[in-house]
Amino acid sequence: MGKVLMYVLLAGLILGLSGCEFQPVKKHGEDDEQAAQRDRDTRYGVDEGGPLSITALDDPDSPLSVRVLYFPLDGVAISNEDRDVIAAHARLLSSNPDVTVVLEGHADERGTREYNLALGERRAKAVQQLLVLQGVAQSQIQVISFGEERPVALGHDEEAWRLNRRVEILYSGY
Amino acid sequence: MLKQLFAIIVLGLSLTSPSRAVLTIEITQGVSGASPIAIVPFEWVGNGAAPEQIHSIVAADLQRSGFFQPLADEDVVARPHRADQVNYTNWRALNVDHLVVGRIQAMPDDTYQVQFQLLDVHKRSQLAGYNIRSGKSDLRRTAHQISDIIYKAITGQPGAFDTRIAYITVTQNQKKQKSYRLAVADSDGHNEQVIYESKHPLMSPSWAPDGKRLVYVSFTRGRPEVYIQNIVTRKFERIVAFNGLNSAPVFSPDGSKLALTLSKDGNPEIYILDMATKKLTRVTRNFAIDTEPAWMPDGRAIVFTSDRGGSPQLYRIGVNAQGATERAKRLTFEGNYNARGSVSPDGRYLAMVHREEGRYRIAVQDLKAGHFRVLTDSRLDESPSFSPNGSMIIYATEDNYRGVLAAVSVDGRSQQRLSLRTGDVREPAWSSFKSR
Repeated sequence: MGKVLMYVLLAGLILGLSGCEFQPVKKHGEDDEQAAQRDRDTRYGVDEGGPLSITALDDPDSPLSVRVLYFPLDGVAISNEDRDVIAAHARLLSSNPDVTVVLEGHADERGTREYNLALGERRAKAVQQLLVLQGVAQSQIQVISFGEERPVALGHDEEAWRLNRRVEILYSGY
Repeated sequence: MLKQLFAIIVLGLSLTSPSRAVLTIEITQGVSGASPIAIVPFEWVGNGAAPEQIHSIVAADLQRSGFFQPLADEDVVARPHRADQVNYTNWRALNVDHLVVGRIQAMPDDTYQVQFQLLDVHKRSQLAGYNIRSGKSDLRRTAHQISDIIYKAITGQPGAFDTRIAYITVTQNQKKQKSYRLAVADSDGHNEQVIYESKHPLMSPSWAPDGKRLVYVSFTRGRPEVYIQNIVTRKFERIVAFNGLNSAPVFSPDGSKLALTLSKDGNPEIYILDMATKKLTRVTRNFAIDTEPAWMPDGRAIVFTSDRGGSPQLYRIGVNAQGATERAKRLTFEGNYNARGSVSPDGRYLAMVHREEGRYRIAVQDLKAGHFRVLTDSRLDESPSFSPNGSMIIYATEDNYRGVLAAVSVDGRSQQRLSLRTGDVREPAWSSFKSR
């Protein structure tokens, strides 16, 4: 018995000196689950790809490649082409409930800033509503408005204004 | 070769020199019928050069108001410094109505004694005379106080020179990274001090009535949230951060509440936040956008923008601690875009952004008589804010595609422009009288 204890101490000393960390030890009365929790172990699942097709988001011919929708002055009307685009995104999102998007609403520089902030939100919410009607969970969508504070086109003409009145569909990780 | 090298060095210097933001003021439209006044250069009693050209600061203040036409320095032939040195006949010959004389004296304790007299040239009498003790860094402020005294003595209305403006500047570096700054300056654009800087958009600054705190909206956490910051101590607090919009905050006239826009319940609505209890009271209930609240001076009603009628228009709603006390009443009917109301301190005038043939201009409506008047002639005006004495409206506009500030008198007669040397300046807010 004394010999065994000596070997254990020796082994401990060697491991200690070599800088190795000991594995977590179960405390009395703990099961494996609790021990793992206490030491904040992480378990990983195997990535099997799933139905989300990365290529669809990257394919320039897919309606999913369109991720910026444009709006009329003062308005929130969505064109028929954009409705098809939104439907494609809705199909992807509803069949991939783990995928989330941010809808970022924007306005052009004309008019007042706070009203434009509200207008950007209203545009993003119009897109959100269509997605939800087509089976996307509310929890998959986050709406943020930047109003006129983040223009993409820096000009001050009709073309720049048209490009800035927009909703961007942002997939996390894309 | 040497010349080329020199040119390169000069170019390099001009590119790397810090772009210190300084507002410069240009009077773009003077007033005919403004009262001629002579402000004689003050006598300097001390060593070296005078620490500050007080008479120039006063002359610029009075000219900006639109009510006065100061005589140019070179036309001021006689240089009296006290009332008993004044030969009134000479000044009458120069057609001036009023005369200001004075002196600055260096004191042994490194302060200055500033003395001035305002004289009525026709009545040959003194309208005002003061001795003001001033520290070296306070001399500009002393000059603004003198301007206020002169303005009040002649027009009967309080001046708003010894006040501050807050505004937002946006600059972009060579890497196209934007920098947003919230700055505070004297009412003449001097003495700028940045109180907050961020890579993220910054908007809607508004003063607390104590003149010591600003409320604003920052996107620093990715979405618009409301902060209050003490401009002296730098102490700040995130006040409101609900889901959705947290925007357009404005202090009630007594400072006890904030009116603001939140979309946490679905779409943008006006709320009142009690600063002491943090209790939130909803004011509007409408499917439309309701935003941009502005308090009436008595704190018992709010003017706000709503598109409930199909286009943005201004409405007025009575409020108390329980919320709305009456139905919202539409105030504006000219054209199909009237937004971002600002109410004059006496409650008489409502300034707004008004669209006319695709151009956005500052307009003013007389809330008593109902008259409506477009004051400006540009195309992208926004963010009107009344001076605390109600005589001027400061607003943001563009000049050669750059954001600049401009001010216009309520009658539209006097106009001026305040521009930064680099970058955009926007969203001006004029402090109350108690700004210091």
